[in-house]
Amino acid sequence: MSVVPAEVLPGSALPVDETASPAAAELGPRARLWPALGAVYRAQLSRARVARIPLLFVATFQSIGIMILMRGVVDGGAEAQAVVAGSAVLVVAFVALNLLAQYFGQLRASGGLDHYATLPVPPAAVVLGAAGAYASFTVPGTVVTAVFGCVLFGLPMAHLWVLVAVIPLAGAALAGLGAALGLLAPRPELATLLGQLGMSAALLLGVLPADRMPEVVRLARDLLPSTYGVEAFARTFGERPDWAFVLGDLAVCGVVGVVSLAVATWAYRRAAVR
Amino acid sequence: MRGLTKTYPAVRGRRGVPATPEVRATDDVRLDIRRGEIFGLLGPNGAGKTTLVRQLTGLMRPDAGRVEILGHDIVRHPERAARILAYLGQESTALDDLTVSLAAETTGRLRGLDVRQARDERDAVLDELGLQPLAGRPIKKLSGGQRRLACFAAALVGERPLLVLDEPTTAMDPVARRAVWSAVDRRRAERGTTVLLVTHNVIEAETVLDRVAVLDRGRVIACDTPSGLKERVAGEVRVELLWRERAPLDVPEVAALQDRVVESGRRWTLRLAPEEARAVVATVTGGAAFAALDDFTLATPSLEDVYLALGGDAEQGLVKA
Repeated sequence: MSVVPAEVLPGSALPVDETASPAAAELGPRARLWPALGAVYRAQLSRARVARIPLLFVATFQSIGIMILMRGVVDGGAEAQAVVAGSAVLVVAFVALNLLAQYFGQLRASGGLDHYATLPVPPAAVVLGAAGAYASFTVPGTVVTAVFGCVLFGLPMAHLWVLVAVIPLAGAALAGLGAALGLLAPRPELATLLGQLGMSAALLLGVLPADRMPEVVRLARDLLPSTYGVEAFARTFGERPDWAFVLGDLAVCGVVGVVSLAVATWAYRRAAVR
Repeated sequence: MRGLTKTYPAVRGRRGVPATPEVRATDDVRLDIRRGEIFGLLGPNGAGKTTLVRQLTGLMRPDAGRVEILGHDIVRHPERAARILAYLGQESTALDDLTVSLAAETTGRLRGLDVRQARDERDAVLDELGLQPLAGRPIKKLSGGQRRLACFAAALVGERPLLVLDEPTTAMDPVARRAVWSAVDRRRAERGTTVLLVTHNVIEAETVLDRVAVLDRGRVIACDTPSGLKERVAGEVRVELLWRERAPLDVPEVAALQDRVVESGRRWTLRLAPEEARAVVATVTGGAAFAALDDFTLATPSLEDVYLALGGDAEQGLVKA
């Protein structure tokens, strides 16, 4: 521990603990969380616009195609509600989980994380900015899918506004999961594989009506965060939705989102400094 | 860390990747870099340059040793590195999908600038490097040299007293190279910026560097000014002989040289004392050997010769661009 004479402190803003030795240079500013998050979000959204629009079309058509197929199987009622809700959330899973896992997997493998790691950015800003951008990018596809599903199965559109809560919360849960998978996978191929598997799980467990599934599959369904987004959304198609359950399901999404984003932030820190 | 010098007195041994034999990528490296200096790290592939740089930038923890930058202990506080230095790595994947202007602006924002500052600095840097015409294009769509220049621009936004540049001019045309070096010089003249440069390019190293450390297998085998290093082998001259088809070994003077040459196809390279060189040139330009000779050159030593003379891996050499 060295004692620093007051007269060598450059300027007045520099606290003593920042000064390692008398001749220490002033440190550059640290990027604060929210502005940095905003900058990452904006940059990621612009990259998504350039590179991901075709994929958004794929995601939307995939969900619409599934709904058209399922129309021959289910005949209205609770099952139709589950199919529409599941297809809409599937768009979120495709982009936020699958594509984000791939992105972070590739970024980690190619050394692209060095760029962020040598900037004075809070890790949370990088992870949340990217996750937020991917989640927002799902909005048009999810809305189109939901509206199309309502028309197709003759469901009421009165409560579609609930998507305002479903997309960010399911998006946070799935994007956090995607980011964590991408950053923890030792190889980029593995990150891609895990992302694809997660999306397939969301497809099979979220879209297909749960009542016809064996017990094991139902258990797996309960473990998947997207399920709660699907359930919350599906409930709002009812005559008199039970808002307490809707809120409960959304709360699960929110908690999973917070936990998985925290894990992803930890994984980022670990991946950036090897 | 004495006075105004910047010190990296480091005892770094970095264990290599698991499952392969233990590799010391950097082995007890000790370097002092002065403020305002353009300092180069020169060495063949796998010499440990990038490992060393990753340790300096806080991206990798050394197993042992100390790194001190401008009075800050980077091993104890790796997060401070990002607030003192700007790093230009070899990879651009983080910026690839962005436009040149957004990449520069975002990087500035992430260096703690507010929106207005970041935009002003972005415009100034893009003007300085002549990148304005490309500002709206995604970096991925640019050519290799332009992409490198765009990443260099991002590294300059949000002023830092130390620039760590890992092969900044790879694939650049001469105009872009000149833009890079004049931008570096301007920062050094106006703000005393220090530059640490990793390079393969011997010619560039000779012209831009104040001092250079030659790395080989994780160790610094020499550290001096480029001309100081060259003086170490000043007694020697390089003679290159290019034969038409093959060396006329029936000429006894030529045959006598055979065990001292580095042979590559029709080309013979010799490192000789000046008098010897003169004798060799006289021999091959007259008499029987001349008929077999296609071309020859006599040259004073370059940094590459220094590197080879210092005991670097002669088979590999440095890449000359």
